[in-house]
This record gives sequence, structure tokens and C-alpha cells, in this order.
Amino acid sequence: MEKRVRVLVAKPGLDGHDRGAKVVARALRDAGFEVIYTGLRQTPEQIAEAALQEDVNVIALSLLSGAHNHLFPRIVELIREKGMTDVLMIGGGVIPDADIPALKTAGIAEVFTPGTSTTTIIDYINANVN
Amino acid sequence: MNIADELLKGSRLALSRAITAVENEYDDAVTIMQKLYPHTGNAHIIGITGPPGAGKSTLTDKLAKEYRRQGKTVGIIAIDPTSPFSGGAILGDRIRMNELTLDQGVFIRSMGTRGSLGGLSRKTSEAIKILDAFGFDVVLVETVGVGQSEVDIVKTADTTLVVLVPGLGDDIQAIKAGILEIGDVFAINKADHEGVDRLHTELEMMLDLNQTKIEWRPPIQRVIANRGEGINELAEAIEKQIVHSKESGQFVSRRTNRTKNELLAMLDEQVGRYVRKQLLAYGKFDELVMSVEKREKNPYAVVDDIMTTILR
Repeated sequence: MEKRVRVLVAKPGLDGHDRGAKVVARALRDAGFEVIYTGLRQTPEQIAEAALQEDVNVIALSLLSGAHNHLFPRIVELIREKGMTDVLMIGGGVIPDADIPALKTAGIAEVFTPGTSTTTIIDYINANVN
Repeated sequence: MNIADELLKGSRLALSRAITAVENEYDDAVTIMQKLYPHTGNAHIIGITGPPGAGKSTLTDKLAKEYRRQGKTVGIIAIDPTSPFSGGAILGDRIRMNELTLDQGVFIRSMGTRGSLGGLSRKTSEAIKILDAFGFDVVLVETVGVGQSEVDIVKTADTTLVVLVPGLGDDIQAIKAGILEIGDVFAINKADHEGVDRLHTELEMMLDLNQTKIEWRPPIQRVIANRGEGINELAEAIEKQIVHSKESGQFVSRRTNRTKNELLAMLDEQVGRYVRKQLLAYGKFDELVMSVEKREKNPYAVVDDIMTTILR
């Protein structure tokens, strides 16, 4: 049995908009990934623990509420505390270009903003997953 | 990281990595299972099965909370279908179990069926053993949404809970073979919906006709899982089944059967792998295929030849 890439698609914080996350989840499924979807309004602690229990290779965070500067780095920190040093973390949503460099410094490998095609995301994961 | 040792010391990361190793058939998977096996056999394994949309995930969530209230730790395996086309899957059972995520007495793992057709994933029984070795008191296994014949869970669980909902079909459905035969306990979920009395009666009538479970008549418990109604009573019904199963000797005989089946399955796999390897080394397999295709030889004779040549 070949290895399957496992991706946690998560929506942190108080943000009720999951259309984007669901579209991405479906595209990743069609690309042959096992997608674990945890639903809306997850705390960073819940996301990190779910990532550990599911032993995912990728965490894809979707956020449209504007709290990314706080929530994304917090999730990176928790994941590292758990000893999961080889997880690829990516983000997407309504995220101003000006915020992206700081998110990358914090450990988010790539940020995908509105208009990104799902193929771009799939190619990025395939090229960078451990 | 020595996964088995770390797992036995209580590392949840090691627990998670062990399941991955087994599921992906990594090189260290057999070594890990060999080390863990002596520590298995203590958890009570409860299978939760039923048609799609019956509320298995919600019920699993509520039952897990009930066991936590009793002070027991709970491992959960939630299985969803893998796409036969892309090989991908959306594993979404956790959505109903988010309140359990941060409870350190609970561990939830989602698995895709990866080609398995019996309602479980290919490596469910190994994943159960890993959770068992970690020390969980109860392991809940939520199958994929099943139709009528995906009954692998009954070979894997100590107790099988079949979840039904009103409004799925007429009474002939109830006398068909399959999932209705495997329930040790039945739950009728969404018991506030129309048709619940009729379903309840049909199930009782089906059980009246049941010749094989005279010793234990499966109880039927009505629940409304999303409101938590009837969960207490359902847990009690399951407890009674466990006590009965242990007193009657059924518990032990089921486990012996399971061990036997697992040994045979492992043997089948190993022998199959060995024969394939030898066949490829032998190099003439393609020729044999062609001669069968052209009707120069028949497949039964070819298989006989291969068996006597390879397994002398």
C-alpha cells in the first residue's frame, strides 16, 4: 500500500464561512489526498490536537475573519510543541499581502489568497510535502 | 523515535505514528505490532454500524462522553469511504466529535477504507490493537455508512451496535440478511421522527423470528443522539450485553474465532506475497498468461503447476 498524503483542513477562530474550505477539501480529495475536515470555529488547541491524532502531513488553514496574524502563528507554535516538526502548514483566505511575510517567518510555508486555483494548491502540496 | 516503546510510555504522538506505520505498511510496522501485541486484549471493542446518515458519529460522540463520565478512557476509530476513482477521501466524522478533541482520555483517528469493501478500512484491526496496547478501556469503531452486507465489524468487535433510523424502507427490509443479523444491541436514533413505532415493531418482530440468538435477545433502545436522550439507557443495554457475553462464554469464543481468522488472513497474505515474488523471479508468468488467453492451457492446470513448482 502506497503512502497517502493526509491533510487537515481547518477553520480556526470565529469565522462561519466554509465554502472555500469545502471547495479546497473536495479538490484535494479528487487529487488523491485523505482530507480530514473538522468543521467550523476550532481553537488553535483543537486544531493542533486533531493534527496530532490524525498524523497529518499537511495542515491547511482557512480564515476570512482577519485574525490570521494571531491564530496562524499560535497553531504553528502548538504543532511544534507537540513534536510534529515535519508538518507542512499552509494558509488561505482573505489575507492582505502586507501580512504574508510575517506569517511565513512564523512558519506558514505558503499563503494562498482569493483567486488561487485549486491546482496551484495541489501542485504546491505535492512539491513540498514530506 | 522508537515508536512502540514511546507508545507504551504514553506518547500520543507515538500512538498516532504507529497507526500511520501500519496503515501505510511501513517497514517498521511488523516490528511495532510484535512489540505491542503482548499488551493487547484488555480493551472492550464496540462496533457502531448502520446506514449513512443514521447518526453513527453523533452517537459515537455521546457514548464516548458517557464512558468518560464513568471514568473510562476511550479510543475511537472513525471510518469513511475512500474514492475508488482518485484514492482520496474526505474524513469528516470528527466534525461531530469536536468536544472530545482536547480530552486527554480520548483519542480519535479517522481512516479511509482504501479499497476495503466490508465497512471497515484495510488496517482497522491493527489500529484497534494499537489503541488497545496504549491502554484505552473502550475502543469504539464507527464503520462507514453501510447498506445490507458490510458486516466485517462483527468479526472485529466484542459488541456490535446497529444504529437505525425511521423512514428508510418497508418491513421487507427487516427480514433481509445482513446488518440486521449482526446487532447485539440495536439503537433507533432520531426517535422523535415519524415512523419510529413502526420501525420498533418491525424490529421486535424480526427478533421474534430469530433462531440463532435465543440466548441473548438484542435489546432495542430508542435514542435522540443529538439531544443526548436515551444514551444512558443505551450504555446500560450495552453493559448488560457485555456481562451476558462474558458469562455465557460467547465473549471468549468470539475472540478465539477472531484470532484464528487473523492468523489465517496473515498467512494468506504472506503465502500470496511469496508466490507472487517467486513467480516474477521465475520470469515466465507472462507466457503462461498468454497461453491461457489463447486457450492452449487452462487456468486450473496452470495454477496447479505453479503450486507444485513453487510450494514443493
